[in-house]
Amino acid sequence: MKILVCISNVPDTTAKISFSDGDTKFNKSGVQFICGPYDDYALSRAVELKEEHGGTVTVLNVGEADADPVIRKCLAIGADDAIRVDAEPSDSYFVAQQIAHIAQQEKYDLILMGRESLDFNSGVVHGLVGEMLGIPAVSPVMHLTIAGNTASLTREIEGGKQEIEATLPLVLGCQEPIAEWKIPSMRGIVSARTKPLKVVAPTGEALSTVEKYALPPAKGAVKMIPVEQVESLVDLLRNEAKVL
Amino acid sequence: MSVLVFAELENGQVKKSSIEAIYYGALVAKATQSTAKVLAIGASNSDTLSQLGNWGASEVLWLQETWDSAQIAAYAHALADAVAQEQSAFVIVAKSVLGDAVAASVAAKHKAALATNVVALPDHAAGVTVKRSIYTGKAFATVKLHTAVKVLSIKKNAVTPEANAGVAEVKHWQPSSNAANTGIKLVATHKASSTVALPEADLVVSAGRGLKGPENWGIVEDLAKALGAATACSKPVSDLNWRPHHEHVGQTGLKVAPNLYIACGISGAIQHLAGVNSSKVIVVINKDPEAPFFKAADYGIVGDVFEVLPRLTKALQ
Ligand SMILES: Cc1cc2nc3c(=O)[nH]c(=O)nc-3n(C[C@H](O)[C@H](O)[C@H](O)COP(=O)(O)OP(=O)(O)OC[C@H]3O[C@@H](n4cnc5c(N)ncnc54)[C@H](O)[C@@H]3O)c2cc1C
Ligand SMILES: Nc1ncnc2c1ncn2[C@@H]1O[C@H](COP(=O)(O)O)[C@@H](O)[C@H]1O
Repeated sequence: MKILVCISNVPDTTAKISFSDGDTKFNKSGVQFICGPYDDYALSRAVELKEEHGGTVTVLNVGEADADPVIRKCLAIGADDAIRVDAEPSDSYFVAQQIAHIAQQEKYDLILMGRESLDFNSGVVHGLVGEMLGIPAVSPVMHLTIAGNTASLTREIEGGKQEIEATLPLVLGCQEPIAEWKIPSMRGIVSARTKPLKVVAPTGEALSTVEKYALPPAKGAVKMIPVEQVESLVDLLRNEAKVL
Repeated sequence: MSVLVFAELENGQVKKSSIEAIYYGALVAKATQSTAKVLAIGASNSDTLSQLGNWGASEVLWLQETWDSAQIAAYAHALADAVAQEQSAFVIVAKSVLGDAVAASVAAKHKAALATNVVALPDHAAGVTVKRSIYTGKAFATVKLHTAVKVLSIKKNAVTPEANAGVAEVKHWQPSSNAANTGIKLVATHKASSTVALPEADLVVSAGRGLKGPENWGIVEDLAKALGAATACSKPVSDLNWRPHHEHVGQTGLKVAPNLYIACGISGAIQHLAGVNSSKVIVVINKDPEAPFFKAADYGIVGDVFEVLPRLTKALQ
């Protein structure tokens, strides 16, 4: 089985977000970058599926050279090779176009992604890629097993879940508990240094551009209510905050 | 020219999030001197659909198919077809599992710029820009959309719908061709019979590991019931199987934006805050005065949940 895992290189979940150049650029200084947590689930399940069924796992990132350490970490976790499309991932359509372009050349049985990226949270790259390739995209997937040409999966919906059967090839957006996050082993880290990481040029253009970033307004001070006066909260919510 | 809104139906009724999308679409139509039309797919009735005029829809295209929500390709095919027929400049959906999937497909079919998590009306001053939430609610981006067709998925509370008496014309509608069969087969759906759906809830009572165990959720449910609120939880709580996974909010869970979020026995880790920071008012109840959640709260009570929750419930009754 040939599996493609698309990963995003994003600020750590605890990162403090700020902008520079007149709020037109993300300020990378002092920010640690990681593989998107959902993408990590996708990669972990891909490595398990390879152990079970054989085949290959290729990691794909659309990003600049500063993504390479994160890509190497994915190789250390168990991917066989990697491709980086050398471009700033400017909008979802642009990213999807790069992924679809590569998937058209190499036929993958499964294209696994995270349900959403941690920076832009669009939750649409899998849907765009599915449509561009003319194959189904399903998200967010919580369980996935493969038997022959058929995938059995569970995805979350509002207030519950759905069990779905689908025929490969498929594009899936993954979330927990599809797999346990894997930590690279010493051997994995060593072998990752020599695994192939191919850098390719992008194709096409973005359809949207970010003009400006902004931070949310600072939160006002918290109003503490002494525990003896718990009941007064009801009145405050009704008449001051006006949310009841 | 038109603005086309994709409305989701549930038990014959238009979902609350779709009402917001329709109202949003009507305001976009007004600003662009066009009309707001709605595509509604599923079982309903003409009366219910014509009432969408109250929210600014001038016409409802009604496709009476009962597809399950896993048939994304069929929904997207129909919507993309309606976009072409109606020459829509804007396609509006409300953020949901189905909405975002359909929006992505339609954007790819029309090579249209796509923005999700949109939090305000478009600005038409220089081209079309929209404000969207990014970095899990920690920031916003103003995005310029460069294509003729623009697809927007709006976040809860992007607008506050206000009803105005109006009647929409309801037309039975069919796409000009059938969607290809994608081989997606729905085997089973498991849905909690909870009274208030969390993604759409205006009031949410959420609890964390401070509750000590699943057997103690009664006090959380009682408070939620007294308020008419939905229940939510922190990630460890769903990891421990104290509560179902779909109730977990945060970075790796659901992002909610209620008017009121009451956090009980939750420490307020940054990954938890990421899922709730769009709430209008946050109340934190924690026995530790140093709990980080107080920094993100509007109202705080330092106290034991086992004492505070029953007293609050009683005060509400
Ligand atoms: C990549 C990543 C993603 C994550 N995603 C999420 C996510 O989506 N959602 C999420 O929630 N977490 C997420 N986490 C985990 C997060 O970091 C915290 O560990 C988690 O939110 C803590 O849950 P908690 O507050 O319920 O438990 P704890 O941190 O154990 O806090 C329990 C709180 O209850 C209080 N308490 C105890 N007893 C009482 C009592 N009797 N009365 C009142 N208060 C009491 C304590 O003072 C404490 O503050 C993620 C972590 C990582 C690394
Ligand atoms: N720059 C990127 N390179 C490769 N894959 C990406 C990139 N951005 C997003 N993805 C994939 O698409 C998924 C959904 O991203 P998004 O639509 O941006 O929320 C992510 O979880 C990744 O798996």
